[in-house]
Amino acid sequence: MQVDEATVKRIARLARIKITEEEAKGLVKELSGILSWVEQLDEVDTSAVEPMTRVVPIELKKRADVVTDGDIADDIVKNAPMVEDHYFVVPKVVE
Amino acid sequence: MTDLNKLTIAEAREGLRKKQFSATELTQAFLKAIEAGNTALNAYVLPTPELALRQAKESDKRLASGEARALEGLPLGNKDLFCTYDQRTTASSKILDDFKPTYESTVGANLWDAGAVMLGKLNCDEFAMGSSNETSAFGPVVNPWRRKGKDGARARDKLVPGGSSGGSSAAVAADLCLAATATDTGGSIRQPAALTGTVGIKPTYGRCSRWGIVAFASSLDQAGPLAKTVRDAAIMLKAMASHDPKDSTSVDTPVPDYEAALGRGLKGLRVGVPREYRVEGMSKEIDKLWQDGIAWLKAAGATIHDISLPHTKYALPAYYIVAPAEASSNLARYDGVRYGLRVPGKDLIGTYEATRGAGFGKEVRRRILIGTYVLSAGYYDAYYLKAQKVRTLIKRDFDEAWTSVDVVLTPTTPTPAFAFGEKLGDPIAMYLEDIFTVTVNMAGLPGISVPAGLSAQGTPLGLQLIGKPFDEATLFRAALAIEDAAGRFPVPERWWEGDGKTQKKTPEKAPAKKPAKKAAVKKTGAKAAARPKTGSRKK
Repeated sequence: MQVDEATVKRIARLARIKITEEEAKGLVKELSGILSWVEQLDEVDTSAVEPMTRVVPIELKKRADVVTDGDIADDIVKNAPMVEDHYFVVPKVVE
Repeated sequence: MTDLNKLTIAEAREGLRKKQFSATELTQAFLKAIEAGNTALNAYVLPTPELALRQAKESDKRLASGEARALEGLPLGNKDLFCTYDQRTTASSKILDDFKPTYESTVGANLWDAGAVMLGKLNCDEFAMGSSNETSAFGPVVNPWRRKGKDGARARDKLVPGGSSGGSSAAVAADLCLAATATDTGGSIRQPAALTGTVGIKPTYGRCSRWGIVAFASSLDQAGPLAKTVRDAAIMLKAMASHDPKDSTSVDTPVPDYEAALGRGLKGLRVGVPREYRVEGMSKEIDKLWQDGIAWLKAAGATIHDISLPHTKYALPAYYIVAPAEASSNLARYDGVRYGLRVPGKDLIGTYEATRGAGFGKEVRRRILIGTYVLSAGYYDAYYLKAQKVRTLIKRDFDEAWTSVDVVLTPTTPTPAFAFGEKLGDPIAMYLEDIFTVTVNMAGLPGISVPAGLSAQGTPLGLQLIGKPFDEATLFRAALAIEDAAGRFPVPERWWEGDGKTQKKTPEKAPAKKPAKKAAVKKTGAKAAARPKTGSRKK
């Protein structure tokens, strides 16, 4: 699979990662290389195979639907780059 | 009293119990070794001497009052992927900035609750993505091992310690800790173990809790120890493993006493040798190592069986779909809002993009983009679903093998430790480092790497044993037989001690550069700015 520069830019936008024009050019080659390399999986017939969803068959544990913690607002915002009271501060999103 | 840092866990434990030295003295020996050696090796990104001495003091009280716990007073290193309460945790990435968790990882908590002492946080590849520790925002870790030159003297070129747990492997090999925590998503415990002459085990998926470990690929990530001996690794895993209600994939099954299981010998053990691991172009020394391993296990009472794992060659390409896909999802949380770095943009999306563009290193960005691509609309079935189906086939291969054998023996890596920069420019060449280890993660099985010999260059090589789900005990037994036969592999020349002074004295062919000045000049470059000394990244 070959990807072009427009695809790389679209993917970077989807991933919310800023890349420069120069980086985009380099990534065309790198991503195309990796995607071509994984194409060898096409040799494997998986038409009658279920996808693996877990490595050991275990039944998921359930717990009572009750609050198990809380009152830790200070902890939650402790590492935020911008905080006002107990709110995360972000650039304006609604006019 | 000298060289306390060279002890094994088992020896240090005995010394503490017999009051030959105190936990404080033992800890101080390591802090001294870190101070002397870390500038050269760059294994620790954050030494925590105050915390260590506080913990050691508590251990001394308990040892005196006869209340010693399983790991009482034993100093360990902790990979910087494990969240540590109020101690900076970065995953060796710029994007986590000065993140100080308000909680401890479950594996870490298990160790400290057992009395262990934390010496500091260990360097690793950024978000554990790499096989050489060269993607760390703190700069690469240097392997304590050096190649033998033509004249028999050790060469100067820096070798990688493997990755992603390169800080852990280098610190253990250089006696900067008794043992260390590590994580393994595609080989990140076993490959560094092989490249540094240390023992590393990735337990069965679900054996250790993933809670509080920075996530990379959640269906593959698993914690485990790096240690100097098989016995030490057994002691460590027993303490690290537990069922944890906070990780629903951790398995509620008893953790056996792995150390006690070591004495049982190998009589009747069936060892499988998979023909698919005899890859094209395999070097003679790796082949010989493998044959040695077979002979040693046979001599210890095991029987050897040829087996086939037909889907082996598809494990690595399938991994490079599954792991980046899960990583792109896991790493979406680094948005510059709730924790870590923020680089302002013109609006919210601009802020996300600027933050993530500046905060993630090259390899991490590459993998997020691959992951985003294979999960994007219209491609999910062709890539991720296909890879998950291939995973089922890989697991079936092993299920089939377990009907006739108990463990599988393979080399750990295709090559010994390589030099800095040797594979950095070629992602696929780097990915091939994990060709023998990655199948184990894809199938969720336990795998151990044990040092088994030296390369022609005089650097260590490892053998890997793969086991049935939750049968780590058998892996330790078989690994011990290899260790008993091959012996241990301490680093022959302790060049990193004494701040590289010995380096300056000996004449060099190339014009000698003054290390201190060179570092200062380098820092002015934009690229070098991302490679500061221990403990600080440049923003």
